[in-house]
Amino acid sequence: MAENRLMTGKDAIREALIEEMRRDKTVFLLGEDLEQATFGVTDGLIDEFGAERVRNSPISENAIIGASIGAALTGMRPVAEIMFADFLMDAMDPIVNTMAKARFMTGGQAKVPMVIRTPSGAGLSAGAQHSQSPEALFMHIPGIKIAVPSTPYDMKGLLKTSIRMDDPVLFFEHKMLYYEGGEVPDGEYTLPFGKADVKRQGKDVTIIAVLAMVKKAMMAADMLAGEGIEAEVIDPRTLNPLDMETIINSLKKTKKLITVEEGARTGGIGAEIAARVAEDALDYLDAPIKRLGGVDCPIPFSPVLEEVMYPTEDSIAAAVKQLLG
Amino acid sequence: MDKSLALNLYATMFRIRTFEEEVKRQFEDGNIPGFIHLGSGQEAVSAGACAAINHDDYIGSTHRGHANLIAKGGRTDKMMAELFARETGSCKGRGGCLHITEMGVGSLGANGIVAAGIIVANGAALSAKLQHNNKVVLTFFGDGATNQGKFHEAMNLASLWSLPNIFICENNLYGEATPLAQHMKLKDIAVRAKAYDMPGVVVDGQDVLAVYEAVSTAVKRARDGKGPTLIEAKTYRFHGHHIGDPETYRTKEEVEEWMEKRDPIKLFKEKLIKEFKVKNTEIDPIEAKILKEIEAAVTFASGSPTPDPASLTRDVYV
Repeated sequence: MAENRLMTGKDAIREALIEEMRRDKTVFLLGEDLEQATFGVTDGLIDEFGAERVRNSPISENAIIGASIGAALTGMRPVAEIMFADFLMDAMDPIVNTMAKARFMTGGQAKVPMVIRTPSGAGLSAGAQHSQSPEALFMHIPGIKIAVPSTPYDMKGLLKTSIRMDDPVLFFEHKMLYYEGGEVPDGEYTLPFGKADVKRQGKDVTIIAVLAMVKKAMMAADMLAGEGIEAEVIDPRTLNPLDMETIINSLKKTKKLITVEEGARTGGIGAEIAARVAEDALDYLDAPIKRLGGVDCPIPFSPVLEEVMYPTEDSIAAAVKQLLG
Repeated sequence: MDKSLALNLYATMFRIRTFEEEVKRQFEDGNIPGFIHLGSGQEAVSAGACAAINHDDYIGSTHRGHANLIAKGGRTDKMMAELFARETGSCKGRGGCLHITEMGVGSLGANGIVAAGIIVANGAALSAKLQHNNKVVLTFFGDGATNQGKFHEAMNLASLWSLPNIFICENNLYGEATPLAQHMKLKDIAVRAKAYDMPGVVVDGQDVLAVYEAVSTAVKRARDGKGPTLIEAKTYRFHGHHIGDPETYRTKEEVEEWMEKRDPIKLFKEKLIKEFKVKNTEIDPIEAKILKEIEAAVTFASGSPTPDPASLTRDVYV
């Protein structure tokens, strides 16, 4: 039996990179400051894999993503790092117009097996251009698989799958989860896309949460359990594909839905889930759907203001109680 | 240069011209939907450049990409079917003029976004470096693309990493409907190479031999591990930016003068006869064969099925 180790999110991602680079010579890394990484994920990898495969890149997001696409089209499996998810906006053209569409536009001639790893999320008083959670923005673009892991175990397993996948993957790493611990088994494992994880079972309400909000939802569920309310917490783990089956099966039981995300509520992950539930599973519900998310506001620098931007365990618990009447 | 290579260059240019003029007719007859960007007048750039690389080398292409792909060996029947939006097309009718691609002959894709192909070409060049296979990439783009940030990011990266990527600017003097002098101060785009410590070469884009020589030199440099070159081929498009362009930004006289005095095919035919001692009886069968090939391409395209609507989402994911 494989033993579990306690590991941070950062180290789980790092271990996935190391294992996949050892396994497959076509895997290589490129991105800004990889040798002295902002969050330390790739520190020291150059010592094992060399500068050919750990490519410190100029501050040129278009060139980084473009080169990744070209390499992926010609037999390599690049893993690009975009230092902050906010900087994806620098490279929206190659991501949206080329990476996502190359296979379709060529009638299936092309495949683009690349991963873009990028830290999203707030919590560091990093201001409006270093704190965003733009995951939902990319759900609107057909052709991009999206991972949003919330635990070290999920990070490692999903990143290994992402690297082996023949479709392009946008892999979000919440920066507050880099230093959170979790159990990771020894030895080889991968996790599938499109398979939500029921993080906690319950019969009274379904809470869908992603990334750092999963922990808040779990804390809220603990608080609610003290009051006799059993919340089911589901982490979709990937947004494309999105496992609606697990969500709807849960709703058959709980009949109540709350979604929780850090990104802006309008046009968000919860909006999409709510719309799909309204179309396909409305009859199971016996209360309105509640969406919790970031305030529709740029992210402030002030810690006092930043704190009121996002759902908390208290606001999630309060929303559940309101919903249950 | 030996005579057979010269005749091949001629055949490629003639094939491009015949294809493009046929596409124009078919579009005007209503058989081709969308926006069509023709490369008539610019044949020498594609023909000369692609003759300087191997079948397994790569090209990156633009919205005016038919010529690039034909020169790299793309099949004209599949290309015509693509423009007719048929299932038998190069991209099964999903790409069209803007995205016409045949990956099997080394095309990395044609792009509807100006400068989009340049950054991607770097990646193929990086693959060649990492795989140690000595391949090179030619990336084609227009004068307008050199004002995009992507061009500059790509030039810097290619130079920094000594990538075997040859940047070929088809400077046709107009960025869509804007004359060069209204979109940059420079007379020669090739000087932009200086900023990235790579050679910048100006070449007559209507002279197929000059293009071939310049690209051959750059290819040798790239295969020797010395990195990229920027080649600016001064050229001219005989038709508008797209078919139907009212062309208010240039005079009829200017266009007619280029067509009369600077047609790369006419110029090279004269050279073949005078300098390579080629006889008309050698050229005629080449032309006749190509005319038949393009006629057959139209027959193939018009007889091919349109895509099955049920197959719409087939190639969004692997």
